[in-house]
Amino acid sequence: MRKCLVEDINSVLAQINKAAKVYLPVDGTDGKARFEEWAEGKEWSNALNTERSAKDFFFPQTENLMEFKTEGKNIEIIDIRSDKDDFVIFGVRGCDVRSFDILDRVFLVEPIDSFYKARREHGIIISVACGRPSETCFCGAFGIDASNPAGDVTVWRTKEAVYWQSNTDKGEELLKKVEGLTDCDEAAVEEEKAKIKKIMDKLPLANLSTEDFGAGKTMELFDSDKWKDLSESCLGCGTCTFVCPTCQCYDIKEFNAGKGVVRFRCWDSCMYSDFTQMSAGQPRLSQLERFRQRFMHKLVYYPERNDGIYGCVGCGRCLAKCPISMNIVKVMKSLGGKDNE
Amino acid sequence: MSNVSETLIPKIGVITDVRIDTPDIKTFRVVTPDGVKPFDHRPGQCAMLSVPGVGEAMFSITSSPTNTEFMEFSIKKCGCVTDWLHQAEVGQQITIRGPYGTPFPVDDEFAGKNLLFIAGGVGLAPLRSVINYCRHYSDRYGKIDIVYGSRSKNDLLDYKEIVDEWTKDANVDVHLTIDNPQEGWDGHVGFVPNYVKELGFDTDKTVILCGPPIMIKFTLDGLCDLGFEKSQIYTTLEMRMKCGVGKCGRCNVGSKYICKDGPVFRFDELDELPDEY
Ligand SMILES: Cc1cc2nc3c(=O)[nH]c(=O)nc-3n(C[C@H](O)[C@H](O)[C@H](O)COP(=O)(O)OP(=O)(O)OC[C@H]3O[C@@H](n4cnc5c(N)ncnc54)[C@H](O)[C@@H]3O)c2cc1C
Ligand code: SF4
Ligand code: SF4
Ligand code: FES
Repeated sequence: MRKCLVEDINSVLAQINKAAKVYLPVDGTDGKARFEEWAEGKEWSNALNTERSAKDFFFPQTENLMEFKTEGKNIEIIDIRSDKDDFVIFGVRGCDVRSFDILDRVFLVEPIDSFYKARREHGIIISVACGRPSETCFCGAFGIDASNPAGDVTVWRTKEAVYWQSNTDKGEELLKKVEGLTDCDEAAVEEEKAKIKKIMDKLPLANLSTEDFGAGKTMELFDSDKWKDLSESCLGCGTCTFVCPTCQCYDIKEFNAGKGVVRFRCWDSCMYSDFTQMSAGQPRLSQLERFRQRFMHKLVYYPERNDGIYGCVGCGRCLAKCPISMNIVKVMKSLGGKDNE
Repeated sequence: MSNVSETLIPKIGVITDVRIDTPDIKTFRVVTPDGVKPFDHRPGQCAMLSVPGVGEAMFSITSSPTNTEFMEFSIKKCGCVTDWLHQAEVGQQITIRGPYGTPFPVDDEFAGKNLLFIAGGVGLAPLRSVINYCRHYSDRYGKIDIVYGSRSKNDLLDYKEIVDEWTKDANVDVHLTIDNPQEGWDGHVGFVPNYVKELGFDTDKTVILCGPPIMIKFTLDGLCDLGFEKSQIYTTLEMRMKCGVGKCGRCNVGSKYICKDGPVFRFDELDELPDEY
């Protein structure tokens, strides 16, 4: 365990930034926090939850994949993948750290997605224990310990000091390069963890139960008559999927850049009516079916494929952002029967 | 498994032959610029073909793995990519990536069995690969029956190959049918599901069924009436696909990705998936 004083955090970040470019949550003029590139004078935001999740770092909203040049009947494929530099994402909360695991289980299983892998290998994650959760948070329901998040390095912030603990070789290598961190014992961090746990237990959604979801529940939940009421007002706007750190659906498209064709991928949403449209027909005709897909995927299909791990991390973003205030918690409460009353 | 660095990044393919099968289906022969088969595959697997600037789409590899010289795709004209391909000429380059999907279990569950193939329309495309594979290794299988139907004689895919090769194969019985009577057609007339019931097959067969959803539904009912179990009947599904490797989420049904865990399924396996395909 290492520590620095709260007032020295900027000089520590400056040193880390020399080793690898640092991104951290910074308050915008609208009062909302977003990840920005570190620069002298940029302050680490007090708001722990960022507007956009951190998935952009590994799975950007749009990403060019390759280029084509065509001449007559001939085609040339140009591989535009380039060497990436290491970068540091500082201040990631436990929920968002878990979301990387969830994405890994999609992009890093065979056949491995080399675009994602390259970013992931170069990313160093510095997580932060989350002492000021929002009322919309429910990471605990998915077994995430906000007081002790994963990542290459974990950071705890108390009134006076910032504590740093490396969890991986990558993390240790990085911290070794920083001067001005002093060794310390774990007492203050243990105290902080206990404090955070108490706060978490008091959150309004602390008792949300996952008991009625998970592998093997497909048929029972798929045919529930509750989906009709739940999905009735859904606009199909896709906001919930775009703000979600674990939503990974994408589209592959092309544009003609004048001197050639660029093929890129971009986030897509199962909430959109054309997502599954094909020449042979449309398997999900109504918004009910599309709405059901999103939540069934997070709560049943994903765990069924992935050792029971849920596809939601309880970050609360979809609760805060849905224009009709529909969200996964309402779905869980409605479908979860008596366990969630 | 596929080479890590090649996910989503295709190879160049060259169209070396275009055969007109029906008014809206053409069969394209594809090799690499060096003149070899783009990659090895198993019966029932698919490939993503694309025309840069137009788009990418998934197609069954209709040629058999035993064909070591080239790959073939039977493509129905119905949208951007397929329209473009239909006007392409020999020598045109396209891109190709694959093979994708889980193949038919030709070397295990099919081994030693009598096989009954039932296809409607372009549904013959994925089955042709299996049929020719099983014909090639005929000592590994029992008798092969093929029931194939289309709207009219002009809509039958691979007609020349069926007449010149399949019907002459001692191990194979071919039963063709068209929806309505037509001049110059002295074969069976009527829909596939009814024809299957009329033919009344023994239930000792393993069935491979592919065609339009409505034809699949009625044929499946008919087979069950004849006493077949769902666990004896295989099909291949079609969903919208983009990545082909189980990542873009588009072809997800229940906990399966049709591009990766399918497109080949047994009907008893499908009963465990939500009815969304
Ligand atoms: C596993 C799998 C295997 C397949 N195997 C085969 C195969 O062997 N052979 C085969 O032919 N197909 C096969 N398909 C289907 C094939 O992928 C689709 O036909 C193809 O994606 C259509 O692509 P497109 O770009 O031509 O159509 P798109 O442009 O994507 O068209 C999609 C929709 O838009 C409509 N549309 C687009 N343009 C027009 C237009 N000009 N006029 C009217 N409507 C239009 C179409 O009717 C259709 O509803 C397979 C699909 C899967 C998933
Ligand atoms: S479903 Fe909602 S709460 Fe769960 S991870 Fe996605 S945005 Fe966060
Ligand atoms: S649930 Fe809400 S955010 Fe998601 S698509 Fe429907 S209206 Fe939009
Ligand atoms: S096509 Fe992308 S997941 Fe199947």
